Amino acid sequence: MDLQALRLSLWLATLTTLALVLLGLPLAHWLATTRSRLRFAVEAVVALPIVLPPTVLGFYLLVGLAPRTAAGRGFEALLGHPFPFSFAGLLVASVLYSLPFAVQPFAAALSGVDRRLVEAAHTLGASPLATFFRVTLPLAWHGVLAGAVLAFAHTLGEFGVVLMVGGNVPGETRTLSIALFEQVEALDYAAANRTAAFLLAASFLVLVAVHALQQRRFPRWDAR
Amino acid sequence: MGRTLSLDVERRFAAGPVVRARVELPLQGGLVTVLFGPSGSGKTTVLRLLAGLDRPDAGEIRMAGETWADAATGAFVPPQRRGVGLLFQDHALFPHLTVAGNVAFGLSATPRAERAARVREVAQRMGIAELLDRRPAALSGGQRQRAALARALAPRPRLLLLDEPLSALDAPTRERLRGELRALLESSGVPAIVVTHDRTEALALGDRMVVLAQGGVRQVGPVHEVFSAPADVEVARIVGTENVLPGRIAAREGGLATVLAGAVVLVGVDPGGLEGEAYACVRAEDVVLEDAAPHGSSAQNRLPGVVVARLEEGPLVRVAVDCGARLVALVTRRSADALALVPGRAVVARVKAPSVRIVPRAPAAGG
Repeated sequence: MDLQALRLSLWLATLTTLALVLLGLPLAHWLATTRSRLRFAVEAVVALPIVLPPTVLGFYLLVGLAPRTAAGRGFEALLGHPFPFSFAGLLVASVLYSLPFAVQPFAAALSGVDRRLVEAAHTLGASPLATFFRVTLPLAWHGVLAGAVLAFAHTLGEFGVVLMVGGNVPGETRTLSIALFEQVEALDYAAANRTAAFLLAASFLVLVAVHALQQRRFPRWDAR
Repeated sequence: MGRTLSLDVERRFAAGPVVRARVELPLQGGLVTVLFGPSGSGKTTVLRLLAGLDRPDAGEIRMAGETWADAATGAFVPPQRRGVGLLFQDHALFPHLTVAGNVAFGLSATPRAERAARVREVAQRMGIAELLDRRPAALSGGQRQRAALARALAPRPRLLLLDEPLSALDAPTRERLRGELRALLESSGVPAIVVTHDRTEALALGDRMVVLAQGGVRQVGPVHEVFSAPADVEVARIVGTENVLPGRIAAREGGLATVLAGAVVLVGVDPGGLEGEAYACVRAEDVVLEDAAPHGSSAQNRLPGVVVARLEEGPLVRVAVDCGARLVALVTRRSADALALVPGRAVVARVKAPSVRIVPRAPAAGG
């Protein structure tokens, strides 16, 4: 198996998951609590990557973050290199592409927390932020963990968007799924078999973990 | 402690009625005000406005000279800074925290050692000191209520709000806890406002009562006064036609208890386990009026008196009799005419012992 590609895939999935927890939690919290009419539009945008071909997302990212655009110049000024065919570019694309897989479970778990518990915390003097960390998050951790695991797995297996914005630069943008594609192209079926089996096993284990997490609501706390 | 809570608010709901409430409540430590009304009258809405969980669409709320909410200026004090303890109907304890964690929740600004001492002190007072390590899921209904009360009282609130505090409990527990809750509220030293639609709960818990109906506050006064003398027909319909005589339990024997209410002696079924102050409650339709002549007045629950007022209500007549205390009877027009029930007429009011409901005001232990 292409160990360099494996390392890259794991690293990309880890960073993407971290970014999704940091960005996705506030977004999910907003979706779970807002009464704004904008909610439906935002929900639809978040869900788009589920139905959109990854190539479409990749195409728009390439166009939107092209070196001559304002966003592209900003990206280059920030990171010292242009967006296409870079690991950082891949990370941006991965975060957008896996957004629904993190935000939807986050939002479901957060909105499952009894509103009265939040109100009780407010009357006891806890600020909205303190309430989030002391009440909402501890009660929704299973959903947050499930979302993070799902986002990790989804990033591990992405192909189209990587090919569009990342290309196939070894050590920079060649992830496992790209390596698999190459192994098949080169008719190296033994290597392809190992890579595919690994991705299959990893995905299966992740889904088992997610389903187990969703079965058990605050297991450690309610059981005595 | 003589503070006033004044409230003149309106809250509109998209598909529902408009809730209006206007009332001034003097607040004293340990004094319990009951906010009474049928469902849909806006009791819980008023409670949420007081807690700061909702904003009024019009009007204002002032607490001891401080403006909590004013729809005209947009002024609003958030729940975090009102110093109000709120007891939810189902208690809303944090399931992921122990009882100690729940009680300490509102004390995060307090230094650690002081916090632990305060948790122990409040837990002791609420009788949950041995339960501090448990999770809410491992508590009984009554224990949950005391834990929730301890949590609300720990940060020393200026006002305690209780939303239907007993309705989440099963009937036997509810019976047992009514007196207990009254004693806990009294000993807390914090003024309390209790929302309820249950008459017995209102009688057992309240000192003063605010009757809320659609459209606003209908009557404010001492609980037994509101029950005995409803301001208008609508209040009468809401609180029921009930005679409520404040008194005290004088004797208990063979499952019966004797209540002394002023000059009136009434025997009813012993509520059990409690003594001291109590209300004797008799529904107006259970009061039978008879000619004063034939029997001696010494028999049980036979109260000689004089008719003081007569009010026609369709086929029925509401007759007020002064027997040392004012007792209202609901009789048919035919018997009212047969007995010539007009003011000044001497009669005997008779009540069967099972029709006398005794609502204790305080448990035997602890006051």
